Amino acid sequence: MSYEAVIGLEIHSELKTNTKIFCGCATTFGAEHNTHVCPVCLGLPGVLPTLNKRVLEFAIKAGLALNCEINKFSKFDRKNYYYPDLPKNWQTSQYDLPICENGYVDITKSNGETKRIRITRIHMEEDAGKLVHSGNTIKDSDTSNVDYNRTGVPLIEIVSEPDMSSPEEARLYMEKVKSILQYIDVSNCKMEEGNLRADLNVSLRPAGSDVLGTRTEMKNINSFKAVEEALTYEIERQEEVLEDGGHIIQETRTWDPDRGITLSMRSKENAHDYRYMPEPDLVPIITTDEEIEAFRKSLPELPDARKARLEEQFGLSAYDAGIITSSREMAEYFDAVIETGADAKLAANWIMGDLSKNLNAESLEISDSPVDAKRLGEMIGLISKGTISSKIAKKVFEEMWKSPDSPEKIVKDKGLVQITDTKAIEEIVDKVIEANQKAVEDYKSGNKKAIGALVGQVMKQSKGKANPQTVNQILAQKLG
Amino acid sequence: MKLFEQPAHVLHDMLVNKEITSLELTEAVLARIDEVEGDVKAYLTITRDEAIAQAKAVDEKIAKGETISFLEGIPGAIKDNICTKGVKTTCASKILQNFVAPYDATVMTKLKAQNPVIIGKANMDEFAMGGSTENSAFQKTGNPWNTECVPGGSSGGSAAAVAAGTAVWALGSDTGGSIRQPASFCGVVGMKPTYGRVSRYGLVAYASSLDQIGPITKDVTDCAHILNIISGRDEMDSTSVNEEVPDFTKALVEDVKGLKVGIPKEYFVKGMDPDVEKTVREAIDKLKELGAEILEISLPNTDYAISTYYLISPAEAATNLARYDGVSYGERAEDAADLVEMMTKTRTQYLGEEVKRRIMIGNYALSAGYYDAYYLKALKVRRLIKEDFDKAFEQVDVIVCPTAPTPAYKIGEKISNPLEMYLQDACTVPLNLAGLPGISVPCGYSSDNMPIGLQIIGKALDEETILRVAYTYEQSQSFHNDRAQLGGN
Repeated sequence: MSYEAVIGLEIHSELKTNTKIFCGCATTFGAEHNTHVCPVCLGLPGVLPTLNKRVLEFAIKAGLALNCEINKFSKFDRKNYYYPDLPKNWQTSQYDLPICENGYVDITKSNGETKRIRITRIHMEEDAGKLVHSGNTIKDSDTSNVDYNRTGVPLIEIVSEPDMSSPEEARLYMEKVKSILQYIDVSNCKMEEGNLRADLNVSLRPAGSDVLGTRTEMKNINSFKAVEEALTYEIERQEEVLEDGGHIIQETRTWDPDRGITLSMRSKENAHDYRYMPEPDLVPIITTDEEIEAFRKSLPELPDARKARLEEQFGLSAYDAGIITSSREMAEYFDAVIETGADAKLAANWIMGDLSKNLNAESLEISDSPVDAKRLGEMIGLISKGTISSKIAKKVFEEMWKSPDSPEKIVKDKGLVQITDTKAIEEIVDKVIEANQKAVEDYKSGNKKAIGALVGQVMKQSKGKANPQTVNQILAQKLG
Repeated sequence: MKLFEQPAHVLHDMLVNKEITSLELTEAVLARIDEVEGDVKAYLTITRDEAIAQAKAVDEKIAKGETISFLEGIPGAIKDNICTKGVKTTCASKILQNFVAPYDATVMTKLKAQNPVIIGKANMDEFAMGGSTENSAFQKTGNPWNTECVPGGSSGGSAAAVAAGTAVWALGSDTGGSIRQPASFCGVVGMKPTYGRVSRYGLVAYASSLDQIGPITKDVTDCAHILNIISGRDEMDSTSVNEEVPDFTKALVEDVKGLKVGIPKEYFVKGMDPDVEKTVREAIDKLKELGAEILEISLPNTDYAISTYYLISPAEAATNLARYDGVSYGERAEDAADLVEMMTKTRTQYLGEEVKRRIMIGNYALSAGYYDAYYLKALKVRRLIKEDFDKAFEQVDVIVCPTAPTPAYKIGEKISNPLEMYLQDACTVPLNLAGLPGISVPCGYSSDNMPIGLQIIGKALDEETILRVAYTYEQSQSFHNDRAQLGGN
């Protein structure tokens, strides 16, 4: 039997506010243990929360950017469970009246197909602290300490409908959400710091069926690669179970990236009853149409609109425009390159090609690129003017990666200026013709491809500096 | 009257007129503690040295000719569920027996700006759960009028201290009657302000949507003065109301002419002590004589108030008290094999019976499958109870009824019957559910010479009218000048 996967994601994203959701403590990552704490986030007796207004603003902006309706009456609830990283032993979250509902994002698959993924809801909540074990896990530790710095860092949880049917779609969805959150500047989305993580829900059903199968959940997946790998593994595992006539157990499974497998954590039978109740210490959140409109107006151009603009304004292909606009930083870098007067298609090619390759090799963000947009733009200008060839440009780019010099200076210092002087090229061509009589004869006897070897020789002798077009012209002329 | 028997406004004038010093006054109160505290046991912590130092500082100020504020240099007690920086805040629970808050509650910040003398932290029912102060994990407080009787609760220590003269004034907290009922039992004045009038920041939560801090004093005048000090919007408490605070002392006028006073028929029901009914009826007649118009009204959902209260308050308590797990503060049980056992043993060993009972009721009411039938339904009934009051206040300015259905009873008499204890709250919990202000003023005595309180209920944020009625009634009588016969007097 062939099966179809049904996948839904719960994405947790830390909001980039300066202070925590219910107190004035800093949210800075990586501080010394328990230095960003106060009576409120430590949950000491007698304290009360007060809502950080920026958190509400960011959550509403996220909702608007993800095409959600904003609930004008919303409230917080207590989600009760005991764990030492949760000082009050409840998480202040939102249950039945989340701030945003009924949104969607569109993803473009590698085959060019577009698919709409619906978003059920977005709610605000506080993050928990972090356990620091003397061993690897709580079970093999003699002692465990709690670091409360992260306690109360604001989160939004974005819950999708089970609209994805492949690991690729799930990854694309998460990438798109990340991109949008970065565009609207509400989250750093630094996955390695855990400020964007997803719980993956997946089940299988016979292809074409509309009955949902039993699902499993994988929690806290914090890389795109892991999203795809964990889902691929889990879909295969479930397929095998079903093929063998078995049943899927509804459970939480953990993804072990080192072994590339999922493992059973706990079954739903032992699941928590969170005993949600309305948070009596916070007043309900009332939002007006005027406030919502003001937030909507403050949003920047979003990826889909920007992509359409790049296609229309610069004639970029949908694919190129999609990649350039996949992150706000890359799109802004592209715009900055264009501002130097550089050709848009060349700019797109360089950004997606050598620049991305070098960034990836060194795990750098585009904002930390050693070659800034201005220098790349200048270099592209040199190509357009014919000062350097595209081939030479690769050498110039590598030099620029290592030195802060302008491309002009590098070209000059390294003698990389393209030879467009016909006489100089003619001299080399003559030498090459003389030394390669065999190829000349092949060419003359009708093997027109033989000219390629001669061009190659000229380029080699000019150390790549001869203008290839001029070389071709002169050779063709001389060989009659 | 002896110094420790005087109300704060008299003592303030004496300090201003240099008839006494704060040190003399403080020493008189501390001597009174030495004399009677062994019987009354109102305090869990006495900060004697700090009190003396505070008094001396105030005296220096007076000597320099500086003006002093109302409470300056006047000794008072703080219920032990209000956080006091540097001084233990135990909530009368073993789990917090060594807990020292690193911060002051907002009411403490406001009080300290007045330079009062803080005598200590007052006993209470553990985590404010109870009506007799017998649920304190540490000691049973005696009623100064008869130390074999309970002082009421949960602010029993605060009320007993004021009645015994071991404090001139006190702060209590009221979730279902915990200020008014002990005030009634101890023959003093106690007010629960409108929900949100006084910041709850630093009040250790029992039931967040019901808790409110208020004054316990020897008379209505002191009550108005202290309410002035502690009221007002606090950015640290988002449920505190953003309304301007009037000068409550301006409401201290002897005039109830033409005021409409509602008498809810549902509050005079079977089971009410005949002495209570008699004295309260006499007080109502007195109000009529003073010119008030008396109307019988109906609050039809009164019968459901106790059940509603005993679902909502335990549900909130169950989550509020979840934090006492032995992880980062408070007591921790020894010899636990793992995390769950550590938390379980800690809570089992260090929380008292009544607290555990309410946590279990609350968790049950919030459980999947029961939520709609219990908690959600209770929220709906709570709304109906509030609507009863809204309707009644279309006709009347204040509502008057007994504070408690009985006078103070003997220690141990009811403690083994939680349900009977809960019924004691019938006249007080509806106000908490509706968020309304209420005051208890002494209105007479039972045949056993135990005090009885008259409760005056007002519209939301209309503490002024209840103070006016309370003051007018008080001035027409002399109960506020009576003192418990205890020790050497």
